[in-house]
Amino acid sequence: MEASDTIFVAFKKAILGFLQGFLPDWTVVIVSILISITAIAIFGPVTMMYLTWLERKVVGRIQNRYGPNRVGIFGLLQPIADGVKMLTKEDIVPQAADKVTHFLAPVIVVIPALLVFSVLPFGKGMAAVNLNVGLLFFLAISTMSTIAIFMGSWGSRNKFSLLGGMRAVAQMVSYEIPMVMSVVPVILVTGSLSTVSIVEAQLGGKWFVFTPWGFFAAIVFFLCGVAEVNRTPFDLPEGESEIIAGFHTEYSGMKFALFYMAEFMSAFAISGLTATLFFGGWDGPFLPSWVWFLIKAYAMIFIMIWFRGTLPRLRVDQLMGFAWKLLLPFALLNIFVAALWQLLPAPKNLIVAGAAEAVVLVVIFVAARKDSPQKRTYIFAD
Amino acid sequence: MFGFGVLKGMSVTLWNFILSYIYPKKGITTVQYPEKKKEVEERFRNFPFLVYDGTPDNMRCVACDICAKECPPKCIYIIPEKDAQGRIQKKPATFDIDYAICMNCGICEEVCPFDAIFMDHEYELSEYDRLSDLMYPKEKLLKPVEHFMKIRPTDCGAIEAQRAAKGIKGRAAQVQSAPAATVKPAETQQNPPANA
Repeated sequence: MEASDTIFVAFKKAILGFLQGFLPDWTVVIVSILISITAIAIFGPVTMMYLTWLERKVVGRIQNRYGPNRVGIFGLLQPIADGVKMLTKEDIVPQAADKVTHFLAPVIVVIPALLVFSVLPFGKGMAAVNLNVGLLFFLAISTMSTIAIFMGSWGSRNKFSLLGGMRAVAQMVSYEIPMVMSVVPVILVTGSLSTVSIVEAQLGGKWFVFTPWGFFAAIVFFLCGVAEVNRTPFDLPEGESEIIAGFHTEYSGMKFALFYMAEFMSAFAISGLTATLFFGGWDGPFLPSWVWFLIKAYAMIFIMIWFRGTLPRLRVDQLMGFAWKLLLPFALLNIFVAALWQLLPAPKNLIVAGAAEAVVLVVIFVAARKDSPQKRTYIFAD
Repeated sequence: MFGFGVLKGMSVTLWNFILSYIYPKKGITTVQYPEKKKEVEERFRNFPFLVYDGTPDNMRCVACDICAKECPPKCIYIIPEKDAQGRIQKKPATFDIDYAICMNCGICEEVCPFDAIFMDHEYELSEYDRLSDLMYPKEKLLKPVEHFMKIRPTDCGAIEAQRAAKGIKGRAAQVQSAPAATVKPAETQQNPPANA
């Protein structure tokens, strides 16, 4: 148990201990950094490859079909076949495109997606860096992908790309706010921005999702996260039935694959962060800590895919209304509930915070009723 | 209530997902094509073939050229056989159908007064060369009447019963009683109006 729990940490320590024998100290530090970087740089793309496979499988099953099952057993080699196809495809740059921006966008979009993995605690002592502003770092860096997406859409010089990019910026800026607001209660309760200490505050099954404020904050955070990574039902920036492929209309081959990769890696990072903040991160009985983390992250990913298999795309006004009229006030009031919870002594706070949460829910529901979709009446059809 | 439609939809898709594992017969509708094939319907029709009785020499076609004239895309090409004196025989020397041009309408089958051409069930006809490989000569088109009986028992049974009632017995008999065969009325054709 203990050995399997720390297997990766012990492996890294063994390598460093071996190198310490004959290398100067400063090189060992660099090697230590390099090992972490390599681990993340391998983990990210491999996760992305198998997320594409998983997504196609799950969506296939939802739609009463098998999904990929031809390449390898259960279609497990499908991502490799896709990769070969992507690499051999022609790379087309539009004549009127801004060549530099068009080239840089897919490169830049992958960087934040990989960087955010550095603060995720994959297991006990398995965060690449224990930043004391880890959460802030995550939120700040993951927003950077907006710039890359807008670069790509602007550089393509295509009206559909530009529309997609504009939508992406509007959407991401809007959803950033309720997302950060829904995280504030966690920071309030744990008193730390470090992802590692947030997990340590939840050890022993005291997951925040089991508290009245944590349950709803988790929902708000996860929905905002889905919107942040442009996944259905919030995939307006790439709404294929309206604007072809949105911001990556003019991308082909490996550049397109990089956009795709960034999307899936961000989706995994958001799932991992949801698990870290509200579902106790790597906390769990019997299994090694990193297995628990992966189980929780993949459960979140499954929910994302499940969303994709179920929900149709929102309209732009619905999307904006959802963020500004529903999620934002709810997240703000949730901070108040979490403060009540933190202020009162242990047995009393559950009742008071629960009651407050119920009041908040009713208030939000009543306030949003005017904007919620009404039953459609047909004037001319019988 | 607001938001509950989403949950309802999610439960439907989750049930589909679970059903595809616990009861694939109902949960998955995919047919794994090259390994398993769907049974084609009896009324399925796709490309024409020529019928013969017994041996390929006893083909029913008399090279009357009606099907070639009626064919909308003009994919049938017939040259009648000639004897030593140059007289036209009631048998085709060349009977080509260009499957690349055929549009599967089935008009040839409907207009044939000799019950000689029918639509087949074969659909795996991919070729490497669309000009030469899809040009089907007489030898490739000829199939026994038993094949027709096998793929379309209802149609074939009705037609063969009609032929037996009229006393048509394959090529040898047909050649002798050719005038009788040509006056076959239109409504005795094999296809009911529903298919026309």
